[in-house]
Amino acid sequence: MQIDNNQLLRFTTAGSVDDGKSTLIGRLLYDSKALFEDQLAAIELTSKRKGHKGIDLALFTDGLRDEREQGITIDVAYRYFTTPKRKFIIADTPGHIQYTRNMVTGASTANVAIILIDVRHGVMEQTKRHAFIASLLQIPHVIVCINKMDLVDYSEEIYNKINIQFEEFSSKLYAKDIRFIPISALDGDNVVNRSKNMDWYQGAPLLNTLENLHISSDINKTDARFPVQTVLRPQREGFIDYRGYAGRVASGIFRPGDKVTIMPSGFTATIKSIDTYEGSLKEAYAPMSVSITLENDIDVSRGDMIVKTTNQPKAVQEFDTMLCWLNNNSANPKAKYTILHTSNEQKAMIKDVMYKIDINTYHREEANKELNMNDIARVKIRTTRPLMVDKYRDNRVTGSFVLIDDTTHKTVAAGMIL
Amino acid sequence: MKKYYLNYLDELESEAIFILREVWAQFQNPVLLFSGGKDSILVARLAKKAFYPSSIPFQFLHVDTGHNFPEAIQFRDDLVNKLGIQLIVGSVQKSIDDGRVSEEIGKNATRNVLQITTLLDTIEEYKIDCAIGGGRRDEEKARAKERFFSHRDDFGQWDPKNQRPELWNILNGKHFEGEHFRAFPISNWTEMDVWNYIKREKIEIPSLYIAHQRDMVWRNNSWIPFSKFLKLNDGEEVKNLKIRFRTLGDITITGGIESEADTLEKIVAEVAAMKQTERGNRSDDKRSESAMEDRKREGYF
Repeated sequence: MQIDNNQLLRFTTAGSVDDGKSTLIGRLLYDSKALFEDQLAAIELTSKRKGHKGIDLALFTDGLRDEREQGITIDVAYRYFTTPKRKFIIADTPGHIQYTRNMVTGASTANVAIILIDVRHGVMEQTKRHAFIASLLQIPHVIVCINKMDLVDYSEEIYNKINIQFEEFSSKLYAKDIRFIPISALDGDNVVNRSKNMDWYQGAPLLNTLENLHISSDINKTDARFPVQTVLRPQREGFIDYRGYAGRVASGIFRPGDKVTIMPSGFTATIKSIDTYEGSLKEAYAPMSVSITLENDIDVSRGDMIVKTTNQPKAVQEFDTMLCWLNNNSANPKAKYTILHTSNEQKAMIKDVMYKIDINTYHREEANKELNMNDIARVKIRTTRPLMVDKYRDNRVTGSFVLIDDTTHKTVAAGMIL
Repeated sequence: MKKYYLNYLDELESEAIFILREVWAQFQNPVLLFSGGKDSILVARLAKKAFYPSSIPFQFLHVDTGHNFPEAIQFRDDLVNKLGIQLIVGSVQKSIDDGRVSEEIGKNATRNVLQITTLLDTIEEYKIDCAIGGGRRDEEKARAKERFFSHRDDFGQWDPKNQRPELWNILNGKHFEGEHFRAFPISNWTEMDVWNYIKREKIEIPSLYIAHQRDMVWRNNSWIPFSKFLKLNDGEEVKNLKIRFRTLGDITITGGIESEADTLEKIVAEVAAMKQTERGNRSDDKRSESAMEDRKREGYF
């Protein structure tokens, strides 16, 4: 296998067993030969025990005992497969409203969202929900798979009708790139192999589409941001005075000689070197993990951000954000939470809930302001010290944060800065 | 035009380095769980890169069942010496002698489950707040649900239905005293990725992974190495075969595969054509459909 230029593509699938989500994943893994014989044998045995005909590919995706017993996906599960062109990571998430938080989690790192529609039912509440989450988390590419085409005689007319339905409601959402593919996951039509039953469809099958999507332009290359994770001070021979700032480039490009500003202190400096175990680099870009040294001897520590002097994020203590509540305990509007934003940690409070969003209808609810598990709302946050932020729309790393409840240490909310 | 993206192995490497640095920044006393197997060797290599030019800033911990491959122990000691790392050994034999656990009895008795107690006791004794492991999500279905930073309560238990959501790359390692975390920097790697990386980086691995002649016994549908711990049952016979191991666990439960792959190139080609999962030869996973989940809940690796 040639691996030198192969990229990693992360995609998310949301849905329930009924739309054929598990069957679709099973089909992708099966047809791309990522399933092994002992896994198939185990599934075959369980299929037989449950009285299914043939192999139920859906069984492959349920990991925990409770999930197998109840036949539902509860938590996010990650699956992997590789083709000669790319490596893929699937974030397999449940589709039911009660698991919105898991869908949001799976969507947070995805390049592509696959939304499944049962051709017999067309656009439903859960389609709107999945499209909303893809838009909220700014997944750059959306592929709408109209599934179970075999059950409507591969009708182009019905397929076109659903496309129009989807485009009508999704015009309100953010989506850079939406594509439609008619498939039958059960039989494998247009999943890995081109369907012989739908000559009228001129586009590529799903796998081919995933292999060829242009994803390298999805990373922000304009705004150079480097959150410092830790300071490397080897204090050993050859490196006595070495002081390297270790971190992963969030966005943009850094080069030795660049004039940079350390935030929040505001000190300026010049990049002396960008180092890795393999040696020094002429440039570093996202998502590379490197160590940066500076010409000037200034104080930099975890939580600081190195940015280009000519292009700085905003330092803010109060900002508007979309917030998804992730915990059983409802939000306490007066309480202080710990906020984690890049490598920076501060205290924060929810100052105001402006409105909640009904993710099935996209209506704003201004009357009910209590934040419960799975709620999505626009809120105002205030922090004790400034955070260096970009809009989530411009930068998924410096525009996102989580809140932690100090009494339980649990992650209770995820935010996307407006 | 110049490309500004990483190939997937570089991206996985960068992600693992990011996680290792987060561990170091967020915990007081992390250790790296080191078994001498390829996954922990890989994590050690990534740790070396993550902190370079500093040395790896944490100790290694090995849970020693006493049922080891001698080659794996030799490899462990050599590597630890070369890296200048302090090694903590948690001994299952000592846990047995101290009466903390008792040996399993019966036909398929192993020390696999006993490791859990030794591991948790060692974590408590050394006040370890994060144990870095080489677990991968592609290994087993319960592992597919694992987080990068995975919380363990003060009994060392994992509650898979009540895990903290992990969004973007923001890792929450906050915990109360007595609780600890497991961190999995190579969660997103597959067996194939591990081998491709080992080949690319020319990383040294124990000879057990490379095809060699060895005395084996056919048991429970696998070739199990013949050793002093193994008592032959009626009808079983020892055969000398050319084999290699895909994973390294206890010598009593790790099945080998017949193979001619005696170079890294041949191993990568062989892994690419594999029809069985890597852990398919591990009898510890075959005890029941949820064997891994059950052990992980109790505090297993």
